[in-house]
Amino acid sequence: MIKSYKLRRHIANGLIYLLLIILGIIWISPFIYLVMHSFRAEGLIAVDHLIPQQWTFKNYIDLFTGVGGNASINFPRWFLNTFVVAIFSCIISTVSVLMVSYAFSRLRFSARKKFMNVGMILGMFPGFMTMIAIYYLLKAMGLTGTLVALVICYSCGAGLGFQISKGFFDTIPRALDEAATIDGATKNQIFWRIILPMSKPIVVYTVLTSFIGPWTDFILAKIIMGDNLDNYTVAIGLQKMLHNDFINTYYKQFLAGSVVVAVPITLLFLKMQKYYVEGVTAGGVKG
Amino acid sequence: MTYVEYKQLNPFQRFAHNFKKFILNIPHALASFFKAIGKAIVGFFTGIGKGFKNYGVTFVKGDWATKLSYLIFGIGDIHKGKYYKGILFFLTEVLYALYMIFFGWTYLQKFNTLGTVETTQDFNELGMPVTVYGDNSMLILLYSVLSIVITILVFAVYIANIKDAYHHQVMRAEGGKPTSLKHDVKEFLDGKYHITLLSFPTLMIGIFNIMPMIFMILIAFTSYDQQHLPPGTLFTWVGFDNFSSLFNFVDSATKATTFIELTKWTLIWAVVATFTNYILGMVVALMINKKGIKFKALWRTLFVIAIAVPQFVSLLLMNQMLQTNGAINILLSYFNGGVNPQIQFLNSTTLMARLTVIIVNLWVGIPYTILSMSGILMNIPEDLYESARIDGAGPVKTFTKITLPYMIFVTTPQLITQFVGNINNFNVIYLLTGGGPSTEQFYQAGRTDILVTWLFNLTMSSQDYGLAAAIGILVFIVCATLSLLIYNNSKSMKDEEAFS
Repeated sequence: MIKSYKLRRHIANGLIYLLLIILGIIWISPFIYLVMHSFRAEGLIAVDHLIPQQWTFKNYIDLFTGVGGNASINFPRWFLNTFVVAIFSCIISTVSVLMVSYAFSRLRFSARKKFMNVGMILGMFPGFMTMIAIYYLLKAMGLTGTLVALVICYSCGAGLGFQISKGFFDTIPRALDEAATIDGATKNQIFWRIILPMSKPIVVYTVLTSFIGPWTDFILAKIIMGDNLDNYTVAIGLQKMLHNDFINTYYKQFLAGSVVVAVPITLLFLKMQKYYVEGVTAGGVKG
Repeated sequence: MTYVEYKQLNPFQRFAHNFKKFILNIPHALASFFKAIGKAIVGFFTGIGKGFKNYGVTFVKGDWATKLSYLIFGIGDIHKGKYYKGILFFLTEVLYALYMIFFGWTYLQKFNTLGTVETTQDFNELGMPVTVYGDNSMLILLYSVLSIVITILVFAVYIANIKDAYHHQVMRAEGGKPTSLKHDVKEFLDGKYHITLLSFPTLMIGIFNIMPMIFMILIAFTSYDQQHLPPGTLFTWVGFDNFSSLFNFVDSATKATTFIELTKWTLIWAVVATFTNYILGMVVALMINKKGIKFKALWRTLFVIAIAVPQFVSLLLMNQMLQTNGAINILLSYFNGGVNPQIQFLNSTTLMARLTVIIVNLWVGIPYTILSMSGILMNIPEDLYESARIDGAGPVKTFTKITLPYMIFVTTPQLITQFVGNINNFNVIYLLTGGGPSTEQFYQAGRTDILVTWLFNLTMSSQDYGLAAAIGILVFIVCATLSLLIYNNSKSMKDEEAFS
């Protein structure tokens, strides 16, 4: 009886391993294809085989030097644009998220609950709703097609994403605040000297999330930039490479560009997951 | 249904029961939602009434400086020796007056017509054609909204000014002295620190979230489209025309057909995409987390990578792989005797394109389900399983009696969030098919377009802003209702936890 039960379990586990391996291959193979073909030398767009026959770095070199291409496709510039936008919106978003979550978590004031509810409800509204309207607003201000507009868009609503870091701040014992208050510290000093140094995982998590945002966003950048190719970010830039006018020259460079963007972002994302788990499960302090 | 009866149901019946309860609960939740709104409105007006009362009482009791504060901001404060605050109040009034006289009013007075002076062509003294710009409806609307918001804010300052003047009057009568600037600044770093922290984010959210929303809602009631484009031509208020054109099969048949067909497809898409992702994601998550399966972290990472790679990269890649000469067809040719089957996944028939979108969405969405489910699976208390084992329950029984009910219970709110997310799933549709296969029957949309991508096309390519805003509002109402329902439910759940 026990033996057959064990056998059954072994067979079941074996089947599961088999399934997981197949699924794993399905999920990972597009990326393997992407990386392999970004080093491909032969062919323009499609080739009739899955594994490249000649390997080269030329696609990457062309991507960054722009040799033999159209002047309007300027990947280094797009990369720099995205980087600048990411840095600025990261700073502004992180600061506002931390400010809002600290205020809601540690300070007690009359309209706190109301503010939090309004914030939560606003945060739940689908983003594209405001996107279209922000487009009108920026158009009237003459800001469409500029990087400033992008920074504004990525960071303006950041304060609404306060829940996760508020949850983290909530786990830090209030006794610490009280002790500091007795020693004569103001709320401002408590924030900077006590709470922030203890909140490394959640600060890193916030920084990484807001830094990754501009690299992965597509729709907002598309709406704001329109045809202003100079100020494109990598996302809409790479899509431009697949446009009918460019795809013959740029298909392989598109693959190379995708790798260049995807690798660092993937690593950052995995790092962020780690900090998220650390922040959420470990809680603020022990002892 | 009694508790005992409920306990006798199997998990699927329970789920059906809970689901039914949830659906039946919707009218009640809506009712309480509107009741809350009603209460808020009543509270608002009683507040205003109270404000008026205080306004009058303060005027009667105030001395000459307080009374003068009703006309000139800050006089009361300056008279009582609170100079910096009085000067700030006064400056607010001056700036507001200047803003209104030189800027705000010129726009605000045209708010009801959105401009009457057309842009015309004229000739200058040399006989060269020049454009004489008339009113710009867009700017009139925008700056009117801005002026109204500013007026409301200044009104709040006005009330604060009166309150402050009276406060200092009472303080002086009691022999107190107003606090110094230094003391007040310090207070903003301590007792009033929340104002320091929240003012900047609130301002940003106000300007770039709330104001655009008001603006967008107003646009839906105007004739802003490709025939009425400022600065060349004017647009004006048209009431509910944009909304009615979506339902009028006589005068605007193509628009109405497009709207109805796209709504159908959006709902089918959202339901199918949500449930397939949920069920299959749960299956994979259970496989990974099964006892005795090794390398759990490895399997999970394999799937997480699919999330970590920016979505636009994976979707654009998928789009290329699904072309007739793409990787998928090449792969199939190995099974087809080396002949490329040339299957057109994305732009041949409607059914094919829709199926492809749903399958690719599985590839995109399942990792998200796995990620959230794994966390929940690890959180199921181990002693539940242990006591079940002691009672003699086999693996099948523990699964149907413990794991499944637990998962369904915990993840139901998440299911609805995903449903809302799928209604707004712009990326998958836009980057994968671009709305294709195209059709003549639809107005500015293809067979796989959902409402959100149609809205995007209307704004970006055909410039039907009014219509786009109207669709946006309709989608928004559906999503907001669902979101608020979840919000109310999850809040009560949180409260429940608070008692345990």
